[in-house]
Amino acid sequence: MNVHDKSLSKSTAKLLSGNSACAQGAVAAGCKFFAGYPITPSSEIAEKLVTSLPQAGGVFIQMEDEISAMAAVIGASMGGVKAMTATSGPGFSLKQENIGYAAGAEIPCVIVNVMRGGPSTGMPTRPSQADIMQTRFGSHGDYPMIVLAPSSVREIYEETIRAFDLAEICRTPVIVLYDQVIAQSSETVALAPPSGVRAERKWASGPRADYKPYAAGIDGIPAMPRPGDGYRTHTTGLTHGENGFPTQNPEAVERAMSRLYSKLDLHRELIESWEAIRCEDADVVIVAIGISARAAKRAVEICRAKGVHVGLFRPITLWPFPEAALQQACKGARAVLVPELNIGQLRLEVERLLGRHRVEGLHQYSGEPITPAQIAARATTLASEA
Amino acid sequence: MFTDAANFDVRDYLRKEMMPHFLCPGCGHGIALRALLWALHDLAIDKDKLAVVSGIGCAGRLSAYIDANTFHTTHGRPLAYATGLALARPDLHVVVISGDGDCLAIGGNHLIHACRRNLKITCLMLNNEIYGMTGGQVSPTTSESRLTTTTPLGNNEPNFDACALATAAGAGFVGREVTRHVPKLKELIKAGLEHPGFAFVEVLSDCTEVFGRKNDLGSSPEMIMRQKSEIRPSAYRNTVETPFHSTSLPTGILTQNDRPEYGAAHRRAAAAVVAKGAK
Ligand code: SF4
Repeated sequence: MNVHDKSLSKSTAKLLSGNSACAQGAVAAGCKFFAGYPITPSSEIAEKLVTSLPQAGGVFIQMEDEISAMAAVIGASMGGVKAMTATSGPGFSLKQENIGYAAGAEIPCVIVNVMRGGPSTGMPTRPSQADIMQTRFGSHGDYPMIVLAPSSVREIYEETIRAFDLAEICRTPVIVLYDQVIAQSSETVALAPPSGVRAERKWASGPRADYKPYAAGIDGIPAMPRPGDGYRTHTTGLTHGENGFPTQNPEAVERAMSRLYSKLDLHRELIESWEAIRCEDADVVIVAIGISARAAKRAVEICRAKGVHVGLFRPITLWPFPEAALQQACKGARAVLVPELNIGQLRLEVERLLGRHRVEGLHQYSGEPITPAQIAARATTLASEA
Repeated sequence: MFTDAANFDVRDYLRKEMMPHFLCPGCGHGIALRALLWALHDLAIDKDKLAVVSGIGCAGRLSAYIDANTFHTTHGRPLAYATGLALARPDLHVVVISGDGDCLAIGGNHLIHACRRNLKITCLMLNNEIYGMTGGQVSPTTSESRLTTTTPLGNNEPNFDACALATAAGAGFVGREVTRHVPKLKELIKAGLEHPGFAFVEVLSDCTEVFGRKNDLGSSPEMIMRQKSEIRPSAYRNTVETPFHSTSLPTGILTQNDRPEYGAAHRRAAAAVVAKGAK
């Protein structure tokens, strides 16, 4: 799906931070459980939900650490409710083992990661985009992952809602990834939930004797048993067969792993989202997410005003990466520029997908966001060389 | 048909498709499992409404054998998973099965906070003084001077008194029993299941195959007999002021109080938030 800018209705517009929009999105999506642990710069999400979640009939708990917050979220979701946690860099690292559990046992949940400078404690109050690879590959083993990367306050709201929908539909953890700048700066926005009804989990139904908790139909997504409904199944982080019990039978393992790893491919049309601006005639296409994409959008205008043909491709779904859309957007381009707040992560994926293109990175890791002028200058040089 | 006096048939609560089980011959964990299932039977707990959450290790594997809603989670974290589950689904009976390494080492932080919170969860910690599944490494409850693969000259770290820890951390119910006394163990677990808040039940169990062999403690019956003469000593029993006797690890109900249960208190607080917002 391609996203176009919508105009604000003045009457409903409010000044809101990205973290507040995230909390509002969670409630609008039907979130009924939040467990968290204080960490900069994501704590405001918890501070909003402590009030708004009980008002919506949900449960809020601050846990003893990041690990238990992730575990409690999975536990709540196993109980049948939509559940979310929010964290930042170091906390996100601590959650990884249990994120892998949720991916492997196919427990829907939403994890918000507000990126900050790293490694380790890094720069808690400075923006960074250095968790691009960790969101995809942070836990051990092979597993699928959905990561959504909004770049504005309103988009944080919309993508948080979409994260819950995708988690439930695909029975998988979904990560909402954004940076400190959009998390903590306020914008005037009018929020309205995306059209359509919110997705609900596919629950197991029918006779217990025939039910296999990890047997999937052509959509690749098994129906989930709700405790209390009489299925009395087993959920484990051990590699399991269709009956949910551990197995080391080579064929059963390969079958289970293949379905798990490829299930998102069956739903790519639903999952993938991106924005392509003026790529049709672009000599240089900029590929960026989050705050860097905001700067890049302005850079496109600066370049175009000077007659330099520059476009922007912005993946809103970061993982699985909208591969075909990127290739389409860059078809006519002679060079591709990837500005990002890290030493080179998004660039690696772009290089992988655009083997024949000249791909250059504009990497900044000083703790300062990249400016439109920096991107415009680099794009202009690239256009003249290409 | 093996049925005991109370008309309890363990097979009613076991997943027959999971038999034979993987425990070593003589392992105390099977006895502990039987006592738990017997307690559930005595209390007529509906299997559909029973959720058993376990961690990693030999004790963690037990959940797979129980015919209920079972969740075999990550190492050390079953109490954290159970906290989310119990808060989201107060209609379920949530039982946690953990081991001494799972509960006191990697998961120790979750134990103390579960005790402090006092959410209605029944936690069984099967203490066999060893990491059995990984081949017999020292654990936080290994008695001093015991041999393990990582203490080849004998353990020189003091061991935990888990019940003293749970009491100090605020658990509403704390008890300990040995696998030798199955009816007593069953009654203790029952009392824990009936307690309205967090219940911590330590089961002194035997790892025959790894710990027993390494320390030359004889066969399984011999290890069980040993439980009679020597309730495991705790390094802390004379050094920390506890409500316990001072000669050996005491058994039975050690702590029981009526501190407010967290789930209900949490729901009341949430209702107050809602009421305040409505004004
Ligand atoms: S290794 Fe020890 S604890 Fe594990 S099953 Fe064997 S006897 Fe029991």
